Parts: sequence; C-alpha cells; structure tokens
Amino acid sequence: MRLKISNGRVIDPASGLDKQTDVYIADGRIAALGTAPADFETSATIDASDCVVAPGFVDLAARLREPGFEYKATLKSEMAAAAAGGVTSLACPPDTDPVLDEPGLVEMLKHRARLPEFANVYPIGALTTGLKGKHLTEMSELADAGCVAFGQATTAIVDTQVMLRAMQYAATFDYPVWLQAQDPYLARNGVAHDGEVAARLGLAGIPVAAETIALGTLLLLAQETGVRLHITRISSAAGLDMLRIGREQGIKVSCDVSAHHLHLCENDVGFFNAHARLDPPLRSQRDRDALRQGLADGLIDALCSDHTPVDDDGKQVPFGEAEAGATGLELLLPLTLKWANEMKVPLAKALARITSDPARVLGIKAGTLAVGAAADICIFDPQADVTISRNGLKSQGKNTPFLGYALPGRVKATLIDGKLVYDGLFS
Amino acid sequence: MSFMSRNPQLNKDGSLQHLLTIEGLPRNIIVDILDAAVPFTEVAEREVKKVTNLRGKSVFNLFFENSTRTRTTFEIAAKRLSADVINLNVSTSSTSKGETLLDTVDNLAAMQADMFVVRHATSGAPYLIAQHLDATRKDHIHVVNAGDGRHAHPTQGLLDMYTIRHYKKDFTQLTVAIVGDVLHSRVARSQIHALATLGVPEIRVIAPKTLLPSGIERMGVRVFHDIKEGLRGVDVVMMLRLQNERMEGALLPSSQEYFKSFGLTPDKLALAKPDAIVMHPGPMNRGVEIDSAVADSSQAVILPQVTFGIAVRMAVMDILAGGSKGAAA
Repeated sequence: MRLKISNGRVIDPASGLDKQTDVYIADGRIAALGTAPADFETSATIDASDCVVAPGFVDLAARLREPGFEYKATLKSEMAAAAAGGVTSLACPPDTDPVLDEPGLVEMLKHRARLPEFANVYPIGALTTGLKGKHLTEMSELADAGCVAFGQATTAIVDTQVMLRAMQYAATFDYPVWLQAQDPYLARNGVAHDGEVAARLGLAGIPVAAETIALGTLLLLAQETGVRLHITRISSAAGLDMLRIGREQGIKVSCDVSAHHLHLCENDVGFFNAHARLDPPLRSQRDRDALRQGLADGLIDALCSDHTPVDDDGKQVPFGEAEAGATGLELLLPLTLKWANEMKVPLAKALARITSDPARVLGIKAGTLAVGAAADICIFDPQADVTISRNGLKSQGKNTPFLGYALPGRVKATLIDGKLVYDGLFS
Repeated sequence: MSFMSRNPQLNKDGSLQHLLTIEGLPRNIIVDILDAAVPFTEVAEREVKKVTNLRGKSVFNLFFENSTRTRTTFEIAAKRLSADVINLNVSTSSTSKGETLLDTVDNLAAMQADMFVVRHATSGAPYLIAQHLDATRKDHIHVVNAGDGRHAHPTQGLLDMYTIRHYKKDFTQLTVAIVGDVLHSRVARSQIHALATLGVPEIRVIAPKTLLPSGIERMGVRVFHDIKEGLRGVDVVMMLRLQNERMEGALLPSSQEYFKSFGLTPDKLALAKPDAIVMHPGPMNRGVEIDSAVADSSQAVILPQVTFGIAVRMAVMDILAGGSKGAAA
C-alpha cells in the first residue's frame, strides 16, 4: 500500500516544518515529504486541500475503562473515539479494576489493544500495589510488560516515607513517576474549588493549598531522589509558580494540564452541573488564565484530554455525589485549537503540545512526521466547527461540559501505521 | 448550552416555577410571597383552619434526610390549603434498595404528583429533580426546596424575612447579624441572599474562622470573629444551630468553649440595640449557641417564627400552584 496525501498544509512541530506539500507513505511509514521517492507508485491518494496534515495526537491521559468498568466504556468504543479525535497514541492511567499493578494485567491490556485500527497504548503502571500507597509494585516486571511510567492516577500516597522509597526505587531504573499533586486530607470530601462558587452553592471545597502542599512534597522528594517526575493535571496558578521555582532549582519535572481546565473555571459549575465535576476541580478564572499562559510559555509541557468516560448513572445524581471526570478524546483537538485561537498561539506550536511534547514526556518515538517514522497522522480542517452532541460522540461516555458547544477543528481522517482508521472525509 | 446552565426556578416570563433558592430571586417575587402570607396567618386563627386553594392537589413531602420539624410545618401548610399530603421518608426506603433519585421522582410523578417538597443531604439535589422534571416535560409539577445540604433553605429564609418585616417594618435601615456555623448552614446562605435582595444595608456574620466558608465576604457580608464587636448596635440577631457532630472534626474544641466565645448570653445581647429581636431556626441547643435567659426573653421571636413559617409555606405553595385566591377561599 503506497499512499499519497496531497496538497495539505503539513505541520510537523518536531522539525518545525509548516508548508503546503505532499506526504508519501509506504509500508506504514513516512516515506517522503514533498517529492515522491524513486519508484514510488501511488496506490491511493487522499486530497488534503484546505486541511492540516499533522502527526497523530499523543494523549497523556485516556481512561479506556478496561478491565473492570466495561459498563462505562470498552476498548472498542474508546478506540473508536480516539480515532475520531485524531489520537493515535495514548497513555492510560492505572486506575482500572483490578488496577494495573501486575504484569499479566498489563500484558492482557497490550494484547487486547493490539488491533491495527487501535491507537498505540502506553500503560502507566501502578506505583504501589492496589494504588494503596503501602507496597511497591514490581516495576521492573511491569516495565518489561509494557509500562512506560508509574503512577497513582488520582490516588495519593499518604505516607511520605513510602513516597520517598517509591521514587528512589523508580529512579534506580530511571523509570518516570507520574503523580497528581493533591493532598488527600485537604481534599477530603471536597467536590469543588474552595472559592466563591463553592461558598455560594454550599459545596465542600478543595483549597489550592491541597495542590501546592502536595506539589512541594513531590518536588522536594524528586530533588532528593533524582527521579524523573511528571506532574499530572496541574490546576492552579500557585502550583505553576512552584513548578517554575522547582525547575529553576534544577529539579527534573515535567507537567501536563487537562484541556477542560484551559477553558472552564469554577463558574461553569453553574447550577450544579455534574458535568463540571472534575478532578482536580475547576478553579478560579485567575487560575485558568495562568494555565492558558503556562501552556503557551512551555512551563506546562503538554495538553491532555484526561479522558474519563462516566455512565449516566454516575452523573445524573446531585453534584456532590457525581463521579468526577469528562469524556475528552474527541475534544482534544477542538479544545487545543480553541485555546490557540484565543491565545493567538501559532498552530504549529499549539499542535506541539499534543504531539511532539507529550511524546517527549512519554519517551516514545511518536508525534512526528519525520521520514521513517510510523505513519500516524491526523488530517483535519481547522476552519470547520464541530458541535458537540451526545449522538456525535463515539465514546461511550457522553459526559462533557461542552455538550452543545460549537468548537473549531473537524477531523477528516486518522491514520495509524499508514492505515485509515477514521474516515470523516465526506461527513 | 447545557440545560444545567439555566436557572430552572423561573419560567420564561419570570414567574416562579420552582422555589429552589433565594439567590437570584427578584425582589418583587420575595415581596409577593411575604404579602401573600399575611392573610394566611389569619387562617390559623379561624375555627376551621382550612382554605380550599390546593383542593385536589397532591403534595409529596420527599425527605431524603430526616427532619421532623420542617416536614411537619410543610404538612400543616399543605393540609390547611386542603391538599392531599403524602409523606415519604426516602432515606429509609427506596434509595437504600438501590433505586436512584430520579427513578424515585419518575415513579412519584407517575402517581400524578403536583408538588414535591424536597429535603436532601446533598447540595443541589432539588435542582437535579427540577431539571429532570423540566427535561421530561413534567412542568406541571413544582419543586419546593425544603433544605439541600449546605446550599439553601429558601422557605426558612422567607419566613425569617416575614418575621423581620413583622417586627421591624423597613429593611433598608437595618443592621442584621447572623451568628454561628455559617459554613454548614443552608439557612445562613438563604438569609444572606434574602436580606441583600430586600435592601438590608449591613449584613454581618459572626463565627470562628473554622465555621466560615472561604470567600464569604463576596456574598456581601461583613465578617466578625468577636461576637461583642459584631453585635454592637444591631437590630436583628439571627442565631444558627450548632450541630454536635461539629465537635468531632477539628472545627471546634468543645461546646463549652463555643458557648463561651460565641454563645448568645444576656450580656452580649445587651450590646445590640435595646429593641433588637433574636431569631433561631430551631431546634435550639440551649447552653451551646444560646442561653436560656435569651431564648426565653421578650426579645426572642423564635416561636412567632414557627407560626409565620406555616403561613409563608402556604403562600409559597399557593403561588406555585398558580393560585391567587389568597386566604379568602
């Protein structure tokens, strides 16, 4: 199969390429850009006129819900959502049931995700068994099974001595550690940002100090141990300030933010909208503005969907009882473009935050259109709007605060290893 | 836009569809309710304490959280309006069998309910019910919030306003102090919104820092941590109930120390205006938030609050049911 993608605006953030040209694909890999290689016989052509041809997106947090939560979503449904969203590589947090703390579970997940039309799956192994924060997992075995990093999803390690040892052990093998900065005591029972809206609506608050205190602990232990630390889903301006200082001190730390937190704030809880129940909580407008700027400045390395499909039963309950999270794979590109448009961030730089930058955080060869790289590609029309609707979402999770919004960026085609896995060219 | 971003308690024409919170309620609607309650106070003094305004209507008291007093006052109010009243204590029935809140609501709606009076331990639950009824086109059913979590208790706020108006007439000259556990209090939030909407120029809250939500100043109140300073020159003192479980966390060291610092005693009350009234939503904890000498004094209007509460709840139900017959019928 020799495929030509013609006339598109080809953007490869990794190399800085941004021009109208053709992409040639052979044997599932990028064969050439611009002119066809010698003896290339095109067997099919995709006309990408007026479209952007970019590397497939790399999502640092997508819950596929298998194993254990198949009533919320399945690999099949969420991989269809990934393809429709242009996501070709994704990291999945270990908070499945059972949690990803045994090599057999990771092998099973990798095996089940091996279908050619599925995005490449990079499991984050559990840092402690059962995410309980007491015993270390067999990280080396888990890495052999396919884990690329170790983390706790949204569960904190309460015991700082365990945290220290977990980091020391991970650092022994140079495994990255991915952690959310949220003090479990200050966040206890909390369901919303501890601010004006929570005070008014009578919701139990999670103060910003829950993030900064945990972040302080994590940064100092990372400095102590030399571990490669990645902070997941940062949520506050004060947290970003600490991160900046940590970096200046030479601490090896990277960081991501969820696409929801770039656009929404505490006010979007509105009249108890359970779709705005997220973890970490949507914070103040000032925090949101700092996150938007931090991502533009590169203080935040990558943007992720924090894809969390929740069934209706988990959301059609009073706000404080609702399960946290929002579906996101199909919103990653539109929310990235909306941010880029509003912040006047150049398209190539914006796309870096969902391609080459997260690939660097993951330490994988993806998110690039370099000759020889796997032909994981997303072709999209940056001018066309999509209206987010329940029926339009491929994900089994219909839970998003953006229902009814018109957002920029329509995915026209997604390729994985040169194979067309989503065809929205005529829709 | 999601339907949840719209305030569901007002109809498109600005009239009251549900009573969920006092926040955002136009002044004229509040005043209409207070005015409508006046003639209903007289109904209680008749030999036959009944009017026919809600005859043939079914009012469901849907209590997901235990409450005897509030449920009883709603029941009396509905019965004096000649409604059929059905009491459901849901915390001990269907939800413990695994039925969801909205399934319960759908079932009761299928029994031709006209009104739900909802009490729930989680903030926002009556919103969910109201939004669901509107989304399923059952907009002939009205929801009255009888207290949700820490969020709102609008009929309590309204009966408090009725009481203040009864004794003080003009809201725009008053200084009002709310004393106690504001953090956990749906009553305080409803009082603050009501007082502000009715034009009270100075609303004070008096509490230790552990019992105040962060950002409370942005609701337009002055914060005091010293009760003596806070009570100085006030016209109205609104006490809040302090629940015993507050001693269990790290919110307060003991009820004795709370009483010493924040309990309302005659000597502290003496700092308020001589004709200041003292209110309490009940049930009172004597010796915890209020001294018996104050609770039983001539300045206390705690029992009139209860009596007015029934009239105010009658007025709310009557207005929601679309009635304008008042107490004459």
